[in-house]
Amino acid sequence: MKYVDEFRDGALAQRLAEKIAVAVQRGRRYSLMEFCGGHTHAIARYGLAELLPPAVRMIHGPGCPVCVLPIGRIDQAIGLALEQRVILATYGDTMRVPASGALSLLKAKARGADVRMVYSAADALETARRNPQREVVFFAIGFETTTPPTALVVKQAAAEGLKNFSVLCCHVLTPSAITHILESAEVRQYGTVPIDGFVGPAHVSIVIGSGPYEHFAEEYAKPVVIAGFEPLDVMQAVLMLVRQVNDGRAEVENEFARAVTREGNLAAQRVVAEVFELRERFEWRGLGEVPYSALELRPPWAAFDAEQRFGLQYRGVPDHKQCECGAILRGVRRPTDCKLFGTVCTPENPIGSCMVSSEGACAAHYSYGRFRDIPVVSA
Amino acid sequence: MTKKDYLRPLDLRHGRVDMNHGAGGRASAQLIDELFAPAFDNPALRQGNDGAALDWPAGQRLVMSTDGHVVSPLFFPGGDIGCLAVHGTVNDVAMMGATPLYLSASFVLEEGFALADLARIVGSMAAAAREAGVAIVTGDTKVVEQGKGDGVFIATTGIGVLPPGRDIGGARARPGDVVLVSGTMGDHGVAILSLRESLDFETTIVSDTAALNGLVAQLLAAVPEGAVRVLRDPTRGGLATTLNEIARQSGVGMLLDEAAIPVQPQVEAACELLGLDPLDIANEGKLVAIVDPAHAEAALAALRAHPLGAASARIGAVQADEHRFVQMATRFGGRRVVDWLSGEPLPRIC
Amino acid sequence: MCLALPARVVARLDADRAQIDLGGVRKVVSLALVPEAQVGDYVVVHVGHAIGLIDAGEAERTLALFAEMEPRRA
Repeated sequence: MKYVDEFRDGALAQRLAEKIAVAVQRGRRYSLMEFCGGHTHAIARYGLAELLPPAVRMIHGPGCPVCVLPIGRIDQAIGLALEQRVILATYGDTMRVPASGALSLLKAKARGADVRMVYSAADALETARRNPQREVVFFAIGFETTTPPTALVVKQAAAEGLKNFSVLCCHVLTPSAITHILESAEVRQYGTVPIDGFVGPAHVSIVIGSGPYEHFAEEYAKPVVIAGFEPLDVMQAVLMLVRQVNDGRAEVENEFARAVTREGNLAAQRVVAEVFELRERFEWRGLGEVPYSALELRPPWAAFDAEQRFGLQYRGVPDHKQCECGAILRGVRRPTDCKLFGTVCTPENPIGSCMVSSEGACAAHYSYGRFRDIPVVSA
Repeated sequence: MTKKDYLRPLDLRHGRVDMNHGAGGRASAQLIDELFAPAFDNPALRQGNDGAALDWPAGQRLVMSTDGHVVSPLFFPGGDIGCLAVHGTVNDVAMMGATPLYLSASFVLEEGFALADLARIVGSMAAAAREAGVAIVTGDTKVVEQGKGDGVFIATTGIGVLPPGRDIGGARARPGDVVLVSGTMGDHGVAILSLRESLDFETTIVSDTAALNGLVAQLLAAVPEGAVRVLRDPTRGGLATTLNEIARQSGVGMLLDEAAIPVQPQVEAACELLGLDPLDIANEGKLVAIVDPAHAEAALAALRAHPLGAASARIGAVQADEHRFVQMATRFGGRRVVDWLSGEPLPRIC
Repeated sequence: MCLALPARVVARLDADRAQIDLGGVRKVVSLALVPEAQVGDYVVVHVGHAIGLIDAGEAERTLALFAEMEPRRA
């Protein structure tokens, strides 16, 4: 696969590992947050932790739209399917997220809810066309990468005059989440967030461009390097961040220059601006309510807003008392710090969102990395 | 004047299954006489009894295995539910190191199912059985109301001969043993996924469904008795699940070499596209063999010499590990754990 | 996050859709967000949509960067 395989080359990985080892200053520690779940996944899947020197610690951020989806929103989706008997079209990622009443969308399906997995928003629209006598609701989750396709289908639905299609909009915004982390309670407590730099999201940045991150670099004096999702991209970004930290720089650098420009994808931004506007507030799992961090449909598209169409109220639901997802998402605790990790909370029986999504810090660590927690004796 | 005992033959082109076919009366008998019996034809079936009396070699042990088949769609590139039902059970028996001889086949048909499709499936089963050298000696048919089935479900049970002293099983892997696979991983699962409406991708990947008893026989003949410790076919859950099962049963760990695991480029690409791992995807014509390191080369050569094992590879080794982790050295130079599936692999967006 | 892969545009089907090829697997995706993509271009595909174009020149430069011989002294 072109533009994929070359960026997974093992020999180049060794070279980059050496460069990082040389760049790291003696006695200095580097805490770098990879914001994006895709980077968490790459680090876990390729075993990157082993290639980085011990002085570099990767902190897994909240950039997994499934991980930050609050229980209350899944409850809304389940309610629509079970009580309102709609056809609930959803991406596969949400199916197993645990919600209230020991339910998930998958379990609701087992109880008779018409929950259908789709690969794309267009499939949800097609479902609406094929079932004119049923209400079809598309559970729209995702960061800025996934939002333009939702905007397109809303416009398409309007153009076709579809009367049975609506969207439960849970699209969230990356820059707001990063700001929230930088201004979290720990910051006020300790005076600074224990993060030296950010590996910026790859595909979100294709859409929004590298421009929006310049604000953090300036305001919070933290370097940001936008990185592609292949393992070599991640390593190169770590190298660039280490060098910035050494030099005392706080700039936005773009490692993913083959796909990301400063302005981003204007066509995509335009269609999103046409259909969506900022919500005043939105609850993020583990982060609490974050102002201006999520989207809702603009008034001209109200007919396609499932919350209005079905008169939905939002009820926040607190996490399990011992669930540390919130702290883990903010990078101040590790999966192994959570009392529930690996015992009560496993991929089979996830208590919190960090375990459900394969991008979540806990799931990634459990599936790919937990062998490092225990010394293994080789034959 | 009506002809005595005249029964209008089944319309195998346009006819459909109805509730009578499962009622045990004339219509059921007709289904057997005109469709199942001629297709599966063998001495036991020709007796026309509810059970089959079979000869059994003296002093040999008997291995029995059963499988239910609910695959959807029923017809897919490379096969159908019929041959899959034969291969699945033949393989389960073969994985014990036994020679499969006889199968039973139980059909649960949905009212309204097209007889033409049933005939096609039955024909495919018959061909698969002949090729594998097994006879389908007894069976059953039931019909459920429309909406209560998925066209057809098939359950097959198989029995095979196990020579005395042979003990091939999941608990027999030991540190130092070599892990072999007989070919590319993930083909069947990807072939099925490509037909799922909402995923809609085009690929030339076909299911690898095949009877592996010939391959197993060739392997066992090439090495001393006891050299092959474990045989298993990585079906649902894929290679990852199978290896974890064996690790758990044997109380060992494993270390795999990612670069050595054969995966077709299109399977890899399809999995990338959907966010799936080829190691989690079902195979229906491949086996995992864990062998004594002293005979690993001979075992690998024997597998490669057979048409179904041409792409066989050595993918890793068993190691002592009280935590029973299946670890993998990644192509990239790092290391990770290969965990087993928790639930069905669902395509993801993030 | 946001599983997306670079794929080659094999054929434009109409104003909005194209067939792409990734490692031999073909799929029809929407080009509504990258209308300027031509046959032979590589686009980044996410949930059935092309969301951006791959710049071949930048890709080469990035790979060259990885392979740079002299590490900078810290």
